Amino acid sequence: MPKQIEGSRATAEAIALCRPEVICAYPITPQTHIVERLGELVKDGYLANCEFINVESEFAALSVAIGASAAGARAYTATASQGLLFMAEAVYNASGLGLPIVMTLGNRAIGAPINIWNDHSDAMSMRDAGWIQLFAETNQEAVDLHIQSFKLAEELSMPVMVCVDGFILTHAVERVDIPDQAAVDEFLPPYDPIQVLDPKDPISIGAMVGPEAFTEVRYLAHHKQMRALELIPINAGVFKDTFGRDSGGLLRGYRHEDAETLVVAMGSVCGTIKDTIDEMREAGIRIGLVVIVSYRPFPTAALRDMLAAAKDVVVVEKSFAVGLGGQLANDVDTALRNLPDGPNLHSAVAGLGGRPIWRRSLHRLFRQAVAEPWEGTHFLDLNEPVIQREIQRIGKTRRSGPTAESLLRQLGRRGELVAAGEETST
Amino acid sequence: MSEQVPAAQSPEVIQKLKFYQKGTFTVGNRLTGDDGRSVQASLNRSNALTCGHRACQGCGEALGARYALDAAMRATDGNLIAVNATGCLEVFTTPYPETSWQLPWLHSLFGNAAAVATGVAAAMRVKKHPEVRVVAQGGDGGTTDIGFQCLSGMFERNDDVLYICYDNEGYMNTGVQRSSATPPAARTATTPAIGPEPGNVFGTGKSVPRIAVAHRIPYVATATVADLHDLEHKVTHAMSIHGARYIQIDVPCPLGWGASSHDTIRLARLAVESGFYPIFEAEHGKVTAVRKIRRKVPVTEYLRPQRRFAHLFKGEVPDRRIARLQAMCDANIDEYGLIDGRDDGA
Amino acid sequence: MFEVRIHGRGGQGVVTGAEILSVAAFHDGRNAQAFPSFGSERMGAPVVAFCRICDKIIRSREPIAEPDCLIVQDATLFKVLDLFSGLRPQGYLIVNTNRSFADLHIAEAGLRLPLGHAITVPATEIAQRHIGRPLPNAALLGAFAALTRLVNFESVSRAISEAFSDRVATANIAAAQEAYTLVRLRETAAA
Repeated sequence: MPKQIEGSRATAEAIALCRPEVICAYPITPQTHIVERLGELVKDGYLANCEFINVESEFAALSVAIGASAAGARAYTATASQGLLFMAEAVYNASGLGLPIVMTLGNRAIGAPINIWNDHSDAMSMRDAGWIQLFAETNQEAVDLHIQSFKLAEELSMPVMVCVDGFILTHAVERVDIPDQAAVDEFLPPYDPIQVLDPKDPISIGAMVGPEAFTEVRYLAHHKQMRALELIPINAGVFKDTFGRDSGGLLRGYRHEDAETLVVAMGSVCGTIKDTIDEMREAGIRIGLVVIVSYRPFPTAALRDMLAAAKDVVVVEKSFAVGLGGQLANDVDTALRNLPDGPNLHSAVAGLGGRPIWRRSLHRLFRQAVAEPWEGTHFLDLNEPVIQREIQRIGKTRRSGPTAESLLRQLGRRGELVAAGEETST
Repeated sequence: MSEQVPAAQSPEVIQKLKFYQKGTFTVGNRLTGDDGRSVQASLNRSNALTCGHRACQGCGEALGARYALDAAMRATDGNLIAVNATGCLEVFTTPYPETSWQLPWLHSLFGNAAAVATGVAAAMRVKKHPEVRVVAQGGDGGTTDIGFQCLSGMFERNDDVLYICYDNEGYMNTGVQRSSATPPAARTATTPAIGPEPGNVFGTGKSVPRIAVAHRIPYVATATVADLHDLEHKVTHAMSIHGARYIQIDVPCPLGWGASSHDTIRLARLAVESGFYPIFEAEHGKVTAVRKIRRKVPVTEYLRPQRRFAHLFKGEVPDRRIARLQAMCDANIDEYGLIDGRDDGA
Repeated sequence: MFEVRIHGRGGQGVVTGAEILSVAAFHDGRNAQAFPSFGSERMGAPVVAFCRICDKIIRSREPIAEPDCLIVQDATLFKVLDLFSGLRPQGYLIVNTNRSFADLHIAEAGLRLPLGHAITVPATEIAQRHIGRPLPNAALLGAFAALTRLVNFESVSRAISEAFSDRVATANIAAAQEAYTLVRLRETAAA
C-alpha cells in the first residue's frame, strides 16, 4: 500500500512485517526514529510475539542480538557511526559465529570531529568483517532490502547490514509502497536455524580454534560470501515475483549500455546523479551510471562486465581511507584490473559529513573527468582557500590548537567578512 | 552442627564437641540422608561440566563451576543454557575440537556475557519456552571490569538471568594481571612486588556484590568453594527466582595466587574465617543472611600460604599493610555481622 | 517539478509543515519529497525544510537551491540569513508577518517577482486565534494552496488531519482555511 511516509517509519514497518522476535536497540542519530517506531509497534500489540529490549550501549545491543539469534530467534538491531564502532567486536563475532542478524545502518560520518550527518565512513569501517552490506538508493529500496535481507541472512546463516543514508533517506518523507503481511509471509518463512542452543540437543558454540583449523574456518566464511554473490540476484528475483518490483540485486545500470563515461556510486546520491546524467544526455554526452547495491560481497565480475566498454569511469563516494583515497574506487580498480583495454578510473570523494552534493557540481565533475582528468583523489567542492590558510597557520606555530575549531573559526570569520563585503564567498 | 557427648569421667560434666564434618565438608557423607547430600554426590548428576577439561591442578574455578552448573541443571530439570565470557573457564573447557560442556553453551566475547544471556532469555520467552533458564558466567575480569557495563544493564533491566562470577581476583588466563577484584597488596604481573608500595594499591578496587545489592535485584549472594553445599543451595535457590540474580564465588587460583594446588579449599576457608571474603545473601537491596565465622583467624594465616602476598613478610618488621588488611577484614566482620556477640552488621 | 523552501526557527513547525505539504501533494496523486536541512534540534535556531512536488518520480536529493516558492515563517530571519538566495524569477514568496514588505525592508525582493506572487500573511495571529499557539505552519500552507494552486485545499486539510489528533487537527485546518480565504479574497480584490 502506497504511503507518504518518513523513511525511518517505512523501514520500521518493513521490519515489523518480517516478524522479528527480538529487537534490541540503543539510540543514536539518525536511526532513532526506526527503533522508536518499532518500540511503539511492539508496545501497542501490533507487532506481536516480539521482545523489545532497551539496552545500555550498542555493544550490548548487538550482543543481545547474538544471544537471541543463537537461541533460535529472529533478531534485529540498528545503529550508525560511533555506535557501529562501539559494537565492532560484536560485529566480527556475529559473522564469525554465522548468525543471521539483520541490522540497519543509518549511514553517518565517524568522528573525530563529531558529525551527525551522512556519509559512508561507518559502513566502510566494517567492510571486512564478513557481513553482507547492501546500500539502499531510495526509501522504497530500504524497505525492500530489509525484507530481502532476513531471507538472505537466514539462508546463508550470515549477518546482513542494510545501509540507509542518514537524514537524507531516514528523515525524508516520500512515497513508499509498504507490502502487505501475506506477501511478506509468503516470501519469508519462519527462521529455521542451522545451529541452535537447545537443552534437548546440547552443542557448544564459540570454541577457540587454533592454527590447525582457523584458516579453514575463515575460508568457509569467505566461501559463504562468494555464495552470496549468486544468492543475492536470485533472492531479488524471487522478491520481484512476489512483490512485482525490481529492487536489490548486486548492481544495476542506468543509461549505461552505450555510455562512454560511466559513473559508479552507492546509495541516495544515485538519484541526484541520474538527474545529472539525464541533463548531460540531453546535451549529447554519452554518460551512464552503475548503481552498486551489494557492496559486500563486491560484485567484481558483474561490475567488470558493465564497465569494460567504457572509456572513463568516475567513482563518486562518501568516504575515503585517510592517506590513500576512496575505498569504493579501490574496489572498482580491482574489478578493472587485467582488462586489456580498460577504462580510465577517476576517483572523487563527495558528501563527507553531510555536505550536500549539488547537481551543478556533479556536472562539472563528470565533464572534468574526461576533459581535464585529475591524479589521485578529487575532493568535490573542497574549500581550497580555507585549507591553504590553515596549512600556513599550522606551519607557523607549534601550539596551533585543534584543527576543527580553528577551521570553524576561520569559516565563521569569513562569514562576517563576506557579510561586511570585505571578501567574496566561494 | 554439634553433638553433646558426655565425658567419661563424671556424669555431671558435659563436654561439647562440635563436628564440622556432617553434611558440610565431606561430600556425600554416608551419615547424611539423601536430601542432605550434595548434587555432586549423586550418580545421576548431569555432569554439565564433564571431565577431560584442561584446567590446572587444584583450579578453584573448575570446582566451583562443576558444582554450580550441576545444581542449576538439577533445579531446572536440565532445561538450562549457559553463556560464557572469555576467560579461563571458556578456554580450558573448549580446547578445539573438544568441549567438556554437556549443556547448550555459547561463548561470544569477553565483555558481553550478561547481554548475550539477556538475548538468550528473550529468545526463550518469545519461542514459548519459559521453562528453559539461562546462566551467564565469567571470571572477575570479564565481570567486574570489561563486562561491567553489560552486567549493570542486565541488572537494571531485571533480565531473567543468573550471572555467576568465578572470582579468582585477577586476569589469570592471560598471565595473572590485576583486575578491579584483586585485593590490596596482592602481587600480580601488573602490580609487581617492587617499589615503595609493592603489589596492588590500597584504595582501589570494586565490590560487585555490593554494587549488585545496590541495584536491588531479586537475589545476590557470595559463595565459596570452601562451602560447596552452601554454593549448591544458593544456586538452587537462585534458580527458583525469576529476574536478575548474581552469585560471586571465591575460587582460589593456585597458579595466580602462588599457592599449592592442594590448598585451594583450605585457602577459601581461611578467606571466610578471617573475614577477608564475607559470605552473605541479599534480596532487593537488603542483606538477608550471612555465613557466620565459626573460628576467626588472623588475616596472616590466610596470607602466608600465598606467594602473591610473600613480600609482606619479607622484612624484619611486619609490613604495615598487614594491619591494614586486618582492619579491612574486621570492617567486613562488623559490616556484615559475621561474628556472634560482636556488633551486628548495619 | 515545483520546489518549496521553508525557513523558520526550531519549534515553529517548519519541518512538519514541509511534511504536511508533501502528504497533501501525495493525496493529490502526485509525487512529493520533504526533508529538513538537518541540524541538532534546538528551539529557536534557524531551520530550513524542503519540499519537492512533481508528477514524475523525484530522484534528486540535493537541497533546494532554486526554489519556486519561498515560505518564511519567521521574519526576524531576514537580518540573519540570505533567505532569498536562488529564488526563481517567476517564483512565489509568502512571508508570515502582520507588517508590510516595506516595513520589513524587503520590498525589493517582492518587486522582483511577478505581480501578485509575493504576499504577506499574518499567520501567527491566525494560528493564535484558532490553535492558541504561535504555530503558523498550517496557516501558511493554506496561503500556499491559495496562492500557487499547486495543491488542493482539501488535500491540505486531509494531510493536517492525519498529522494531528482530532482537536488539534480541527484547529489547524481552521487556521489554514482562514489564511486560504484571506489570500483568495485579496486576489479577487486585486483582479
